[in-house]
Order: sequence, then structure tokens, then C-alpha cells
Amino acid sequence: MGTGGGDARTGELSRAIAGLARRTGPVRLMEVCGTHTVAIFRHGIRSLLPEGITLLSGPGCPVCVTALKDVDTAVAASLAPGVVLATFGDMMRVPGSRSSLYEARAEGADVRVVYSPMEALRMAEENPRLTVVFFATGFETTSPLVAATLGEAEKRGVENFLVHPVHKLVPPALRALLEAGEAAVDGFILPGHVSAVIGSRPYGFIPGDYGVPAVVTGFEAADILEGILMLLADMLSEGPLRVGVQYTRAVREEGNPRAVAFIEECFEPEDAHWRGIGTIPRSGLGLREALRHRDARTVLSLSVPDAPEPRGCACGEVLRGLKVPSDCPLFGKACTPRRPVGPCMVSSEGSCAAYYRYGGLVARG
Amino acid sequence: MDRVLLGHGSGGRLMHELIRLSFAPSFGLHGLGDAAVLAEEDGGRLALTTDSYVVSPLFFPGGDIGELAVNGTVNDLAMAGARPLYLTAGFIIEEGFPLEDLARVVDSMARAAEAAGVRVVAGDTKVVERGKGDGLYVNTAGVGRVPPGVRLSPARIRAGDGILVSGPLGRHGVAVMAERTGLAFEPAVLSDTAPLAGLADALLSAGGEGVRIMRDPTRGGLATTLKEFALESALAMRVEEALLPVPPGVRGACELLGLDPFYVANEGILVAVVAPDVSEYVLEAVRGHPLGAEAVLAGRVLEEPGEMVLLATRAGGSRLMDMLEGEQLPRIC
Repeated sequence: MGTGGGDARTGELSRAIAGLARRTGPVRLMEVCGTHTVAIFRHGIRSLLPEGITLLSGPGCPVCVTALKDVDTAVAASLAPGVVLATFGDMMRVPGSRSSLYEARAEGADVRVVYSPMEALRMAEENPRLTVVFFATGFETTSPLVAATLGEAEKRGVENFLVHPVHKLVPPALRALLEAGEAAVDGFILPGHVSAVIGSRPYGFIPGDYGVPAVVTGFEAADILEGILMLLADMLSEGPLRVGVQYTRAVREEGNPRAVAFIEECFEPEDAHWRGIGTIPRSGLGLREALRHRDARTVLSLSVPDAPEPRGCACGEVLRGLKVPSDCPLFGKACTPRRPVGPCMVSSEGSCAAYYRYGGLVARG
Repeated sequence: MDRVLLGHGSGGRLMHELIRLSFAPSFGLHGLGDAAVLAEEDGGRLALTTDSYVVSPLFFPGGDIGELAVNGTVNDLAMAGARPLYLTAGFIIEEGFPLEDLARVVDSMARAAEAAGVRVVAGDTKVVERGKGDGLYVNTAGVGRVPPGVRLSPARIRAGDGILVSGPLGRHGVAVMAERTGLAFEPAVLSDTAPLAGLADALLSAGGEGVRIMRDPTRGGLATTLKEFALESALAMRVEEALLPVPPGVRGACELLGLDPFYVANEGILVAVVAPDVSEYVLEAVRGHPLGAEAVLAGRVLEEPGEMVLLATRAGGSRLMDMLEGEQLPRIC
């Protein structure tokens, strides 16, 4: 048996955090990214933090913020004759207003899980008599891949490959959150993967316009703890605030220009509806004019009615940092990973699913 | 809408529920073990099990469906403490399936049976129309004999017992996923499919009655198996992340796909709960077997909090482990 004491680096960091936390007093930090939420639970980070530090999950789980109507549209596409709907695995269980893709498949729809958009394109090439629709979800991490795939589809002349694009952008969502001012966030733990693509510069408005510290952080336990330590240090510092980068091994200030160029070639910003949050101006990516012939919504004339969010579901408040999952009356009762009511319980990266699976605050100490 | 979903076959909570609600009442089943141990009139005991294999792809790094079908059933018997004796093999073949591939699978089954010391004594073949099968499905059933003195049951688990894990985690699930996705992971990961009867024998010989229970953490992985132990014994299982062996290739693949290695399927390791006074002998015996060289005592059983599995993380924190809910699906970003 080992000692159970954890490694030296994380121990050192949590002691340093406790030291600074005595000077800052209670703080509320938001981890924007769903992968961070899961990593925080998986490493048991909450049990390493002093009581005054509250971690809130933000709007950075792509599954959680995909609008109900966009899921309904994907389900409608999957039920259209001759259509194969291809999607990433974690979109399968997201409930639409009538059913999820998973349930649509059990009813006979041709829904296939793919690991990359290129796989969906290959599927289209191999099945010329079918129409393959790729349900393109995710943030700046996945949109360059979809853009590159669209480029390939054009180059190879694969006409039976369409997309249902619902990509979202992280910085406008953070601005909307800060503008609303309701979550009272004292610092942001910014997403490592998204920032590897867009760099740290696009977040400059967070400290610049709102005076809130923000640090781009990696996904190891020590990365997250170091990110938190940097945020506390920023709060105590007298100097000007800048976006900190803890995850220097992957993130540069200017990001990855090639990936950004891919996005810009294919997509243009458009207003987007975020589930539980509402419409945020220029926070989504629509296809540029030259690629509109690949938009499944228009090509297949998919139009679904608006549907109300499920009653009692607090996902919207959770995504805005106003509630933690256990504050929701449905949590763990009417809403479980098996029968999720809201998207935060569906996605493996959703805050509710992480609370449910890893025990929320139970494991302190 | 109530229909069978893919997740009902994933080895996790949904499947447990399907068995509990749809099968157990009609068949009058009590336990949920993979093999039944049946008392004979002369005082001996037989173990009986059956399993169907629907793996895709049929051939994967480190094995194929045939080897898996033999080893899986041998392992279900071995985990009941039985010495496997005879197997039956049923084949459901899709019209158009290449005979060459069938020969490869059958040869591989024959080799696996020989290695495990069992004989395939009866079988069945059905061919279904093109499009109504996934190439090939294999069912195997097996019978074995439980030696006198072997008493394995979750009811015998006690606080203070040690939790033994016989080898590295996650290899089978990652090998299959690598083949399915076309992603090449570095370093390459091979399936761990192997017959565990010899290893189980070594463990039982060393630990005797001190061995409380054994199980092979297949679908649902280590976390689901430990949660089963916790629920069935009403005690808590506590394991340490730093002690659990996860090969670098598995770790890398799981990071890339957003999977938790403790929920990924294994086909060649076992988890055992052993009494504290024999745990060191048992560990030594398991390490002396070729399939158990990397065995560890990864944790112990606690009185409280009952029915829970606690993971002491490498970072020094702690968290709960639960059963797999449905399938583990790769994440978006």
C-alpha cells in the first residue's frame, strides 16, 4: 500500500494556494471548459482546495450548450430517407424535445458515431447513394477539423456530404456572462485546447474591460492547481492584469494561425442560441456563401418548431455559474445520466454528470 | 420510449437494470455472477456459463473474436473458482462472410482452447441473410468443476481485506478502439486477451479460503467491478490511483479520446479481494505467474462509506468511482 499522500508538486501547490487564499478571502473561480470540469473531479482537486475557493462550471461544454432546436434538427435529418447522420459520440444521448439521436437510432434512423469529421467524409465517398450529414458541434477545437474536411469535400467533389453546423465561440460567451454580471466570478480558468487554437489574445477583454484575472490552464492536476495559484496571485498583485498562460507547452499568445485560417476560410460569425443561456451575438459559426450548398438545413429543408426547455431543469443557471448541480431540484432524482433531463447531465463533460459520477463535494478531505 | 438501447449491452448500470428487471424475475435469478455454480448430488459442484461475442472489428491488435470467445468463457468459469473443462461454440454467420476469415477465427479458437486446457465438444451454425448480421457472432458456453474448499462470494468480503489487481488496465478496450477509429496510438496497445484459469488457480492455491472473490473486469472496467463488490458486500472499496497500473499507451489514448481508463474493458486481468493475512502470499503467487507479473495490491476494503468506491488520486485528492452508465463515448474536444 502507498501512503495516499499524493505527489510532492500537487502538495506544494495546494499549500501555496491555501496561503494566498487566507489573504484573498473567499473567491469564486469559473472553469470555462468541460474538460477542466471533468479533470477537476477526476483528480479530486476540490478536496485539495481550502474551503473559501468555490469552483463553478462555465458554458464550455459543447454538448451542454447545443440548442434544443439544433438537436431536434439533427434528429429530423437522421429520420430523412437516404440520410446517414454522423456525429461525435457524446451528442448521442442529448435529449431533444422528442427524442435523442440514440433513441432515434433505436427507432430505425441511421445514426453513426464517428471520431473525426474526415471519417464522415469517407463514409460519404463509400456510400454514393446515401447523403451523409455531419452534425458539426464543438468550439474552436473542432471547427478547424470540420473546415479542413469541408475543404477536402470540395476538392474531391463529394456531393453527398453535408454538415449541420452549430459551432460556437468561447470568447463571446464569456463577454456575455461578464456583461450580465450575475455570476460574480472573481477569476477564470480558461480552456487549454481552445486556446491552443485561438491563442490567449482573444481573452484580453476579460482583465482589460472587466478587471477580472484569467489564466489559460492545462489539464493535469498540477496544471489546474498552478492556474488557480496564478489567479490568486493576480488578485493580490498591484500591477496591471494580463491573461496568464499556465499551459505554455501548448498555448502561444497568437495561437495556431493555420487552424484559425481554416476556420476563417469556411465560416463566418453569426448569432447563436446557447442552450440555457439564450442568443449571444456573433457567438456561432455559419458557413460562408461559397459553402452554403453543404448546409443540411437548407439542402434537406429541415425546419423544426421551437420547443420549450424541460420544466424545472436548472442547466441554464448551472452554465451561467449561478447554481451548482446539487441546487437543481431534478438532480439525481428525475435527472440522472441514465435518464437525463438536461444537457449538463448528458455529456461526460457536463457539470451535473461530473457531480453525479464523481460524488460532487462528498469527497473533501 | 422504452426500447433496448446499445447501452443495455455495455456491461454497466443499464445492463444490470435490464437483467434485474427483464430477466431475473422470469428466470428466478438471484445473483448476477457470470457463471452459475451448481451443486451435484455427490457433493461436487459444477460451474456453467455462456457468453456471446459481437466485437467489431473481428480482428484487432493482439487478438480476434475467436480467441476472445474462448478466453472470455474460460475466464467466467475461472472467476467462479472452477477449473474449465468443456466448451460449446455457436456461430451466427452473415451471408457473404469470407471462408478464409472464418478459418482464421476457428483456428484461433482451437489454439486458445488448447492453451486454456479445455475441449470444444459441441457446436451450432446458423447463416443469416446479408445485412442481418455483423459478419460473425460467436457464442460459447462452458462447464467446469469447482474444487472442494473453494468458496467465493461477495458476502465473505470483510473490512480490512486487500484488493488485488493482476495486471495493467485498459489494454483490450483501447486496442479495439484504435482499430475501430484508425487512430494509431503511441506506444501501440495490444489487447490483453488471455485465459485466466492458470492464474486463478495459482491465486486460490496461495490464498485458500482467504480468497473472498475474484472477477475479471471486462466491459465497464475496474470501476464497475469494484462498484459491484461494494454493492454486493455493502462495504467500501478504496484504491489508490498511483498504484493502479495504466500503460502509457492506454493513458495517452484515453487522454486523446476523453475516456477514463478505469472504465475501459480488459480481457486478461482479474481483480480479487483477499484476507489481510494471506494478501502478501497471494500477491507473490500471482506475480510468479506469467500473466500476473505486474500485479499490485491496489487498496483495501473499508467499513464506511458503505457501497461506495473511493479513489485516492495521484494528486492527493479523493473522488468516487461509480458504475459505467451506458457506453463510454469519446468526447468532442
